[in-house]
Amino acid sequence: MFACLHVPGLPVSRQAVLLECAATFSPRLEQTAPETVTLDMRGLEKLFGSPQRLAGRLARRAATLGLEARIAVAADPDTALLAARGLPGVTVVPPGCEAEVLAPLPVEVLDAPPEVADTLCLWGIRTLEELAALPEKGLAERLGTEGVRWQRLARGKAHRSLTPIERPAVFEEALELEHPVALLEPLLFLLARLINRLCEQLRAHALAAIELHLRLRLEDGGEHARAYRLPVPMRAPRAWLKLCQLDLEAHPPHAPVNAIRLSAQPAAPRSVQHGLFLPLTPDPEKLELTLARLTALVGEDRAGAAELLDTHRPDAFRLRRFAPPEPHRPSVARRAGGVTLALRLFRPPLPARVEAPDGRPRVVLAQGVHGRVVELAGPWRVSGDWWRAEAYAREEFDVALSGGGLYRIYRDLIRNGWFIAGSYD
Amino acid sequence: MLAGLPSLTPAACLRPAEPERLPTGLPQFDRLTGGLPCGAITELSGPACSGRTSLILTTLAAATARRQICALVDATDAFDPSSAAAAGLDPDRLLWVRCGGDPERALKAADRVVNAGGFGLIVVDLADIAPRILRRIPLVCWFRLRRAVEGTPAVLLVVTPQPSTGTCASLLVEMKGGHTHWSGAPNARLLQGGVFELLPRKPIRPETARLQSRAQWMR
Repeated sequence: MFACLHVPGLPVSRQAVLLECAATFSPRLEQTAPETVTLDMRGLEKLFGSPQRLAGRLARRAATLGLEARIAVAADPDTALLAARGLPGVTVVPPGCEAEVLAPLPVEVLDAPPEVADTLCLWGIRTLEELAALPEKGLAERLGTEGVRWQRLARGKAHRSLTPIERPAVFEEALELEHPVALLEPLLFLLARLINRLCEQLRAHALAAIELHLRLRLEDGGEHARAYRLPVPMRAPRAWLKLCQLDLEAHPPHAPVNAIRLSAQPAAPRSVQHGLFLPLTPDPEKLELTLARLTALVGEDRAGAAELLDTHRPDAFRLRRFAPPEPHRPSVARRAGGVTLALRLFRPPLPARVEAPDGRPRVVLAQGVHGRVVELAGPWRVSGDWWRAEAYAREEFDVALSGGGLYRIYRDLIRNGWFIAGSYD
Repeated sequence: MLAGLPSLTPAACLRPAEPERLPTGLPQFDRLTGGLPCGAITELSGPACSGRTSLILTTLAAATARRQICALVDATDAFDPSSAAAAGLDPDRLLWVRCGGDPERALKAADRVVNAGGFGLIVVDLADIAPRILRRIPLVCWFRLRRAVEGTPAVLLVVTPQPSTGTCASLLVEMKGGHTHWSGAPNARLLQGGVFELLPRKPIRPETARLQSRAQWMR
């Protein structure tokens, strides 16, 4: 079943309204002409009922939006299109009666080129019934294959597939405020409304969001923009609101807010098949909230996964966003067998006074660490980046102290001082 | 008249079900303690240089090798990623939270991580916090953590310089530093590793175990 909405003389500014009207009934739309939209209603009978009821609902919806639409419902899109073009009001073409309904319509509804229309006029063909009655072979000899196609249209026997339009999915909600909002709590209250509406929109399209953009227009004319990149597509209003809350607490706007605009970048929802024997992993939505809470607690760039940098510089690493791999992905962990002696680092390194008469430490004194050196290994010389301002050069020693304890100490050759890098624990 | 009834057990004699145990990957430790109890707090205490960090890195490496997601709440930013890599840890499966020397923040962060769910092993490293500061932590904080982890498959491992969790820990193991191994001539020595001693304090057991560690350049 196909339906066609035709609004003669529709201004360009109202074409979007016509599309919006059609989109509330079917996701498969074809903009057949600027003032004509054809809807594929197959499979929606249980939702909208009989063709008569569907046509009635379409007419009411169009009237609500201020469109004086001609509506036709038929078994094929071309019959619906011709009926909508040629007949006023609402027309329902019963299956098998296409030729009868189309018979009285003028040949102009075919929208044929002017020279063909003139030829048909010279032949005395005025209606689709007369065109349908012409011999097919003779028509093909005179007008070619296009002529045969027009005749099939006139007989209601044409079959074609719709060419649905790809509607760009824009998920955006905005709110203009009568009075500027200065406090976070009322702002979050308003934001919750936008988030709920946005989630409903995404749900209607069976989508989720992978990125959120929040833009706040401020009273002083400025704009406060925040972007939230989500690790997995999410459609959880509470999680979104909490993310926004934590972020706005950490980065509040510098002036009261006049308007809120929230947009979402859509993505297909996540679908995961869990295994019975796979280890438990954090739920991505809860993990994202937890990471946001941890960031709010310990500060930016202080919670994540450690990644060693490809350099010889001691303690060179960066913290990247924590995104655990899927549980079925094999681990890169390797069992070393037994225990590896680990180093606990002092960050920043502990300044120390070291007695080293021959360049080899004899006594170490620092805050909480002191003693005579009873065992010593080193020096191990490390240097690099000499072409940069942050060059490093040090002599490292592993020392065991008389009071107990095993430390890595080093002499910074650039700053010319002794430091305790960490303890072996 | 009572002959047909099943035998009754006094409530005082009922014992809670034995929790599932997570192996640490160290046979000596697992033999001594049976592994780390899931859904409970395990406390690992000992002075500096007693092998606590080596033990937790080995445990974390074993957990990540089982594809579990782990978290390290590091109160004093003492974690060394190079040592972790040498221990064989999968860095993608470890969430490192740096708390900048604030134990209160570390406990709050641990609470957040425990409540997030899905983590197999959560280590709270308070090893460099002074005992006098640790003693100021109210017991209710530990009860709160114990309550949060109860009933979950997670292991909460707390590392302290002195026993601090009171009655909240289901397993308390004390560590002591032993001797270190060096090799080479007197003017060209090389640190080879160390030996650490494990003493179970809760439940208390007479036997102890020794852990032999090797420096990463000796592996």
